[in-house]
Amino acid sequence: MARNIHGAHEPLLHISKREDCGFLRACAVRLVAIALALVVCGVVIVALTGLNPVEVYAGVIDGAVGSSRRLWVTIRDTLSLLLVAVALTPAFKMRFWNVGGEGQVLIGATATAAVMINFAGKLPAPLLFVAMIAAAVLAGMVWGVIPALFKAGWNTNETLFTLMMNYVATQFVAFCVVYWENPAGSNSVGIINANDKAGWLPPLFGLTYGWNLVIVVLLTAFMYVYLRYSKQGYEIAYVGQSVNTARYAGINVKTVIIRTMAISGALCGLTGFILVSGSGHTISTTLAGGRGFTAIVVAWLSKLNTFTMMLVSFLLTFMAKGAIQIASQFSLNENASEIITGIILFFVLGCEFFINYRVEFRHRRREG
Amino acid sequence: MKDANAIELRNISKRFGKVIANDRINLSVRDGEILAILGENGSGKTTLMNMISGIYYPDEGQIFVHGEEVTIRSPKDAFPLGIGMIHQHFKLVDVLTAAENIVLGLSGPTKLDITAVATRISKLAHKYGFDIDPFKKIYEMSVSEKQTVEIVKMLYRGANILILDEPTAVLTPQETDALFGVLRNMRDAGNAIIIITHKLNEVLALSDRVAVLHKGKYIGTVETKDATVESLTEMMVGSKVTLDIDRPDPVDPVLRLKVKDVTCVNKEGVITLNHASFTAYGGEILGIAGVAGSGQKELLESIAGLTPKESGEIDYYPPDKEAMDITKLSAVEISRLGIKLSFVPEDRLGMGLVGAMDMVDNMMIRSYKKGGFFWADRRAPKTLAEHIIGTLEIVTPGVSTPVGKLSGGNVQKVLVGREIASAPTVLMVAYPVRGLDINSAYTIYSLLNVQKMRGVAVLCVGEDLDVLLALCDRILVLCDGKVTGIVDARTATKEEIGLLMTHTGKGARKDG
Repeated sequence: MARNIHGAHEPLLHISKREDCGFLRACAVRLVAIALALVVCGVVIVALTGLNPVEVYAGVIDGAVGSSRRLWVTIRDTLSLLLVAVALTPAFKMRFWNVGGEGQVLIGATATAAVMINFAGKLPAPLLFVAMIAAAVLAGMVWGVIPALFKAGWNTNETLFTLMMNYVATQFVAFCVVYWENPAGSNSVGIINANDKAGWLPPLFGLTYGWNLVIVVLLTAFMYVYLRYSKQGYEIAYVGQSVNTARYAGINVKTVIIRTMAISGALCGLTGFILVSGSGHTISTTLAGGRGFTAIVVAWLSKLNTFTMMLVSFLLTFMAKGAIQIASQFSLNENASEIITGIILFFVLGCEFFINYRVEFRHRRREG
Repeated sequence: MKDANAIELRNISKRFGKVIANDRINLSVRDGEILAILGENGSGKTTLMNMISGIYYPDEGQIFVHGEEVTIRSPKDAFPLGIGMIHQHFKLVDVLTAAENIVLGLSGPTKLDITAVATRISKLAHKYGFDIDPFKKIYEMSVSEKQTVEIVKMLYRGANILILDEPTAVLTPQETDALFGVLRNMRDAGNAIIIITHKLNEVLALSDRVAVLHKGKYIGTVETKDATVESLTEMMVGSKVTLDIDRPDPVDPVLRLKVKDVTCVNKEGVITLNHASFTAYGGEILGIAGVAGSGQKELLESIAGLTPKESGEIDYYPPDKEAMDITKLSAVEISRLGIKLSFVPEDRLGMGLVGAMDMVDNMMIRSYKKGGFFWADRRAPKTLAEHIIGTLEIVTPGVSTPVGKLSGGNVQKVLVGREIASAPTVLMVAYPVRGLDINSAYTIYSLLNVQKMRGVAVLCVGEDLDVLLALCDRILVLCDGKVTGIVDARTATKEEIGLLMTHTGKGARKDG
């Protein structure tokens, strides 16, 4: 080691911070990254399976958006993933690690199902929807506020707390499933109100998932505005950046923590409503399907920009849907597509380094 | 073959983007010598030292250690060369003891013999005159004890070239003296020591030679015995500056703030402010002196409504209105009552400003609550930010640059600018010029004077007695949370204040 040092060798690579990477340049870097990712994926596909990578890619595209129905399923799942990510964003902006999205979604879904099962036929349709939404929002809110209360009061670790709340929610759903079992012995709730479709979100503008689309897009836009231009958005940012500064500015930090988690939980609960009323029409312990965790990836990949989240959640859902297709079409394991997704994510995340830093080689520096 | 120069730098340059932090610096330090590196903030002192200790890699130039050219790519390369750097922010594990921190990361036998380590530490401590308890946990230590651990850590690892980055910034005068004693012992034992500072008296008291940097350029090295405050200042700032601070006479002072018997107790149950009483008048600057941690922070924060008071009363006398009792009010309630109380806290980027946010967002800390329920107004703060940039000559690419990227002086201008923009009746500033270069400091002094002439009651916590004596009208002295005296700054002497700072008077020192 010591001998090396005295050899007076410069390091081969030299890394320095980039001043400011222009928007176009950043886009170009990202496009190059995706192109490289596809090339690498192609090599991997050929090496592992001997299949024509172009055909595999075509399979992915076909599976995700190949038919009108497939396209809409992809959009539907994108929307629910997007809404969870949007819901988590205010908490993350506050540096409150809400990893309890899964539980908050589940509990919202359970509340929706409870109202659907118990009040179908007893309430007029508009009122039934209001009751379902209110129940879902309230349930998610409660699930989000409990860890926030403990954080505000006793500074407990919110990561563990929200994570544990997920398991409580799952067990609670398991209990409800037994309670609402239909038909008896199936160990599932089945399709709720299959006959009269009471409490099912109706088509809007002739689109099956029209309501999902409208609700999620509006909330995405709202969250963007809320965080960027509202007073409460600023309070969240100050608390997230520095609790001391927030106190100095006369912000009641505890109120902000509780209020923000109420919003975060409420929107997760609303996702539960959309999953039950707007797509699945049933309830099970796996209903949230890991969205609470995938949404964390979506939120941070998008740097907490809700509009970027649209793209990211679409990309992830697109790849997931494509996976199912190539699994059956080429009799590959479903994990094949996850490898592709992983490689793409690796490149997309990795290219951020080249946007933020400049890498120079030894010989170039000597000349300059 | 052994060269007398422990370290020699030849034509070292370092750029960060467009900024040239170091421009072809030549420098050397000999064995058995203390070299002071002097320069204003942002003159490139720390950057230069970071290149010697392997944190940065120079863009150009050569480094020689004991006459041999070396490449230092990381601190791992610096250690075998005997180079150890003590940073401004300590890198210690709080829950471990001093001894454990010192051996942390060193290779050795599988079974750690901590007693042997402690013995070796004690030997080192004895050799150089350190005061260190190897078995004390870091979180129980004072700042100066932590610094001792950092220095011993370097010596334990065999460092014979020590670099200290502004080591006295966090120390009391007594601790500084103790540190200097130790450094002299280390020099006499043949070690090379580089100390970064911008305090001229320390340079003159401690060093053998002084190297001066100015705006990233190397100005020159002089023997300390040939240097004076004036000559060094001239080298540091490029041209001779007058050391006189303007002090206009107060214009009809009016009672603005009355603090009666205020006591504060912190979370650990320690009394931080002990029955403090004083009055502050509009149109004067009241200086607050004391050894660091004597209750200055609590005094200001209790007035600002940020620290709960155990007992006592604080009355505010608004112009043309009845007196108000603000003892029990929080910061929010005080501002809601329309009391224009501004506060420049000691911790600028941790409390007064948010480093990651731009100037507009930082202006909004004070103003975002104005207006309707939902929307936050960004237009007025933006105008304010642009106004402050113009009037205070803040050097920044624009209002949307994060304030954390600005230099120390500009950060302070942003903060002071925002606080005086609300036309306060009471302005409290804590260590307003700490870490600022001379020119920035004078800008701040004149801003405080302008506020004083406007009839504002200015409370200024400071550490430099010369400055307090030249700037303030009266000086309140704190010791151990008690007000030990309030003196007229026009007639008081440094010795008088120094005595008040160190003696509680009645022999009522805390035990243990």
